[in-house]
Formats: sequence, structure tokens, C-alpha cells
Amino acid sequence: MATASMSVKVPVSVDADKCIASKGCTVCVDVCPLDVLVIDMNNGVALMQYDECWYCTPCEVDCPTHALTVDIPYLVK
Amino acid sequence: MGMEYSEREVDILVVGGGTAGPMAAIRAKETNPRLNVMLIEKANVKRSGAISMGMDGLNNAVIPGHATPEQYVREITIANDGIVNQQAILAYASNSFQMIQRLDKWGVKFEKDETGEFAVKKVHHLGNYVLPMPEGHNVKKILYRLLKKNRVDVTNRYKVTRVAVGKNHRVSGVMAVDTRTAEIVFIKAKSVIICTGAAGRLGLPSSGYLFGTYENPTNAGDGYAMAYHAGAELSGIECFQINPLIKDYNGPACAYVTGPLGGYTANAHGERFIECDYWSGQMMLEFFRELEGGNGPVFLKVNHLAEETISTIENILHTNERPSRGRFHKGRGTNYRDDMIEMHISEIGLCSGHSASGIWVNERAETTIPGLYAAGDVACVPHNYMLGAFVYGEIAGLEAVKYCEDMRGEETDKEFMVRESERILRPLKRKSGITPYQAEYKIRRLVNDYLQPPKVTRKMELGLRRFSEVRDDLEGLWADGPHNLLRAMEVHDILDCAEMAAVSSLYRTESRWGLYHYRVDYPEKDDDWLCHVQLYKDGEGRMVCKKIPVEPYIFEPDAGEIQAYERLRIVTKDMV
Repeated sequence: MATASMSVKVPVSVDADKCIASKGCTVCVDVCPLDVLVIDMNNGVALMQYDECWYCTPCEVDCPTHALTVDIPYLVK
Repeated sequence: MGMEYSEREVDILVVGGGTAGPMAAIRAKETNPRLNVMLIEKANVKRSGAISMGMDGLNNAVIPGHATPEQYVREITIANDGIVNQQAILAYASNSFQMIQRLDKWGVKFEKDETGEFAVKKVHHLGNYVLPMPEGHNVKKILYRLLKKNRVDVTNRYKVTRVAVGKNHRVSGVMAVDTRTAEIVFIKAKSVIICTGAAGRLGLPSSGYLFGTYENPTNAGDGYAMAYHAGAELSGIECFQINPLIKDYNGPACAYVTGPLGGYTANAHGERFIECDYWSGQMMLEFFRELEGGNGPVFLKVNHLAEETISTIENILHTNERPSRGRFHKGRGTNYRDDMIEMHISEIGLCSGHSASGIWVNERAETTIPGLYAAGDVACVPHNYMLGAFVYGEIAGLEAVKYCEDMRGEETDKEFMVRESERILRPLKRKSGITPYQAEYKIRRLVNDYLQPPKVTRKMELGLRRFSEVRDDLEGLWADGPHNLLRAMEVHDILDCAEMAAVSSLYRTESRWGLYHYRVDYPEKDDDWLCHVQLYKDGEGRMVCKKIPVEPYIFEPDAGEIQAYERLRIVTKDMV
């Protein structure tokens, strides 16, 4: 059975200049209830990998450097 | 085939670290620190469950001077159309105030007046039970601190898939899978407490966004499915959860916050049409009629209030429970000062915290399986809300301690563990197939098409047929890694809940609870159905229902009160 992947705009954006994932911070990844965030190992920045967001905002609120912004998902806003 | 799972052993295993779960674990450990208590959580206990971002108020505080347990039991008996185990409601009501005091002592902030008394407000039809929490955003942090202090073994990012039952029909442990590595573990436990919350990913939100649900979408109905497969009875499943929400945003507006400050639910003309904003099936039926009739859509109206009041409302609503409400309104250019807020009816869910669907429990939080307890939104104690989750979490924790103090653990059949670990890993072993996203979308779209009230017999029968076809399709479910394996396991839970919703709704051949169980083919309430409907798996593995009588009332509601929830629509001239 063949499968295809589809790109979508995701609601969580990360300011690469502020994100301190390269220093070992994983707060946003840890707190997300849906486990949709990962650390992109190539550039040491948090990344939203799955479009499964409740726009609940712990990632944004708990980020020590205010690097994350949660937007309302496009289908909802 | 080699061992594909590891094994662990604890005394008490609490499944779900949202509201009831942490309370159960903390109180069990406080009572007997020698017991090994594990709290296992699909997300991270720090920010999991319905109160991930805190809560804006208590909906059912029974505080001396404002309400009595007897009054509360009567109110909920009427609000749930007579189908309650009053003993279970009374156990909540009698413990409500001590729990508020406990939480207050722990540092949870409730609104108090200038003399330091709790500032209780009126929202319900009859009594006064609402206690605002304008600074309620820290609840999870407080619980987390206590979990650590009491040395509860917190195990995050595991999805429990099944509860195991031993030869003596007692609970014996659970199977769980690590959502980041797909490693499987069998956790042997003397007692298991299910606190997994609502089945919130059942209907499809009208936005079409799978995770834009009313409930925290982590709550996929896991506990309903694990109780069912373990052989426990569930009850009131046909009493769906349907809520009045901000359209598309799908969060509460929230009438409990705005009501005491002068806000109300209005029709397109800005007129009130219901007497009371307390969420009940009867209220939702009037909401539905207004929405579908010529006076729709329905709005929350606060734009007539003073600037100071509106700022207070915004401060509460935009910092608690669902704080992204503010940015949603901003994106649409909605200002509470000028505009009414468009409301809509939510997708269906199962949730005893708001309505009545849950695992059957008595006043000791015991399910029908010895050693297995349930608390919170997943346990059938109608209209229990957050405070009910805390109270029943405590009851379950204390009862589990008593249960396992003098007993040895039950053995689990090895064959069960092997079979279950094979079931879990199957989607990972395929190279391609139907994705969890596709399967979930289809099931939830079918739930909307065939189960959303008004309920129609023929449609629900067709729905069951479609569900069984999808069940066959799930043989081809594919997961490309641990994250999608988690979603694949949830798809099975969602499908189980959809089937339960259809089977129990078809069984009850009457209408009850307003919109929650409005059957077009049986539009009237019928006293032959003044009974609980229990749903369970029979000896041949079939999903079946049976009636059990409502236990004799401790407090008989008086004749005038019984009709109160039937008369929610405001009487206007053209109706007289």
C-alpha cells in the first residue's frame, strides 16, 4: 500500500535566537500534553513535529527564554 | 517468539496524572508511606489532564452556610433526571468542604470576601455551589510538589493499553507502552486506580481539526476501553457529554464565570432564552432549539457590562483553564466590550464530570472488579467536575490502601501478556498501511454522522455497521514510530467508545437528559427506564447492556423541585 505525506502550517513557532535547546533545555518537549514537540538535533532548536495541538500553551508559558509562540491552528482560528 | 516486554511490581498503580490521579497517589502515600505507589501518565504529570493550565472555579462546592450535602444530592438527582446512586453523590457532597479546606491549605487559591470567607456564587437552578478561582492557574504545580514530597513514583510518557485480571477475578496489573521508545512493560499491581479522564476525542469538532476538542485531547477514552476489556461494568454511557462552547475555539465561554458577574446566554436578538446557565441536558436541548430555530445563532452576552467587570472577566478567562481564548478573539477582532461571542454545540464525548457516562463505581470508588477503582471524569458519579475528581481520587486512594495492606498480589496469565504485547507492536511491524490519522478521522466523522443527537434508531444501527467495518480495516493500521504507535493504540480506544455510545443509546428506548439522550423514535421520558443501563462484555466477548434499578433515594426530591430542570426556557408572551 502506498502512502503520501502532506505539509501543513503548524501553530507553534520557535524563535531560534532565543531557544536554548542546544544547551540541553527540553522544557517545552517535556510539558506538551500531546508530545508534538522535539529538539531538532541538526540545529539545536525546538520544533513542532506533529500537527496535534490543543493550543493549551504550557510550552509557551513554561519556556525559560520566551522562545515559543502558540498560535491558534489555522483550521480553528 | 522471545520476550517483548519487561516486568515491574508495585502495590498501588494509579493510571492517569491529571486531577483525580495525583490526589489518589498523594493521599495513598500520606496514609501508608511504606506502600509502593506508582502514578503512570501518558503525558507529563506537570502539565497533564483537564486542568493542565489550571481551573477558573469550582462548579460544585458544598460549603456550610451556602449549601448542605442533602441539598446538593437533591439538585444533582434532578439535574441528572433521577438516574443517580445517591449514596455515591452523598459521599462526594459530604467530603466536598474538607477537600476545599485541604486544597486551600496546600496553597490553591479560591476567591474569598473581605472577611476571608469563601465567596460562593449562584449558577445552578436551585442552590449555591460556584466558587471562583481567579488565580487558579497553579493547581498542577501544587499537586506536583506534593507528589515529589510524598515520594510517589511518577512515570511519564507511558500509555496503558489493558488492565489485567487474575484467576480469582481480581485486578493483577496493567500492560503499558513507552510512547517515546515503544518498549512494553507489564506492571504487576495489587490495586489499580483508573483516572484517565473523559473520552474527549469521540465526535469530530466542526472545525475538522482532530485536536481542537473541548476536552484535553490526550483524554481519548483510554480508561473506558481498558475497564470494558477487563470485564468491568460501565454505566450511563448513553448520557452523552455535549457542551455550549465558543464556536470553533471549542472552549467554554464560560457562563459559570460570567453568569455571577451579569453575563448570560442570548439568542441572535441579544435576548435571554434560558433561565439558568448550569450545564444540563435540558439546558442543551433549549440551546439546540434556539440554534436550529429562527432565533439562532446563540451568543454569550457581556457587552452590556461595565468596563471594570469586563476586565475582570477577561483576566479570569484569558489566564486560566483555556488561556488562548484571548488570542482567538483577537484573531477574529472580537472585543467583549462591543461584540457578543458566537457559541455552538460541541461534538459528543463521554464524561461523568459533566454528565454521567463512566465506569460504574460505588461510594467507595470500587468498580465491579475487586482491586480496580476509578475516579474523576472516567468514573460514573454524575456532574462531578474537578472537585468531585479530587474527592473521589482521595476516596479511591484510601480504599486502595485498605484493600492491598493485607493481601498478596494476584498472578497474571503469561499468555495474556504475550498476546497483548503482540497486539501493541503489530502496527509497528507493518511497512505501510492506514495511518492513525486517517482511521481516527473516519471513526470520528462517522460518530458525528450517526450518533450526534437527536438520536435516530436506524442511523445508530448503520453507525454500528460502519464501526465494525472500520474495526476490520484496523488490521491494516500502520505506525511509522513510537509516537504514531501511541495514536494507533488510541484509535482502538476511540472506536471502542464509539461502539459503546451506539450500543447503550440503542438499548435505552426512551428520551432522557434533554439533548444528551434525545431519541426521535422514542421522544418521551418513560418511567420504565428510571434505571441505570450497565454496559459490559459478556462471556462470549459481545458488548451487551442490562438494566439495574436506581437504589432507593436517601433524600426524596420534592415535587416542585423535580420539575425545575424541565422548565428552563424563559416563558415569553407568545408561549402563554
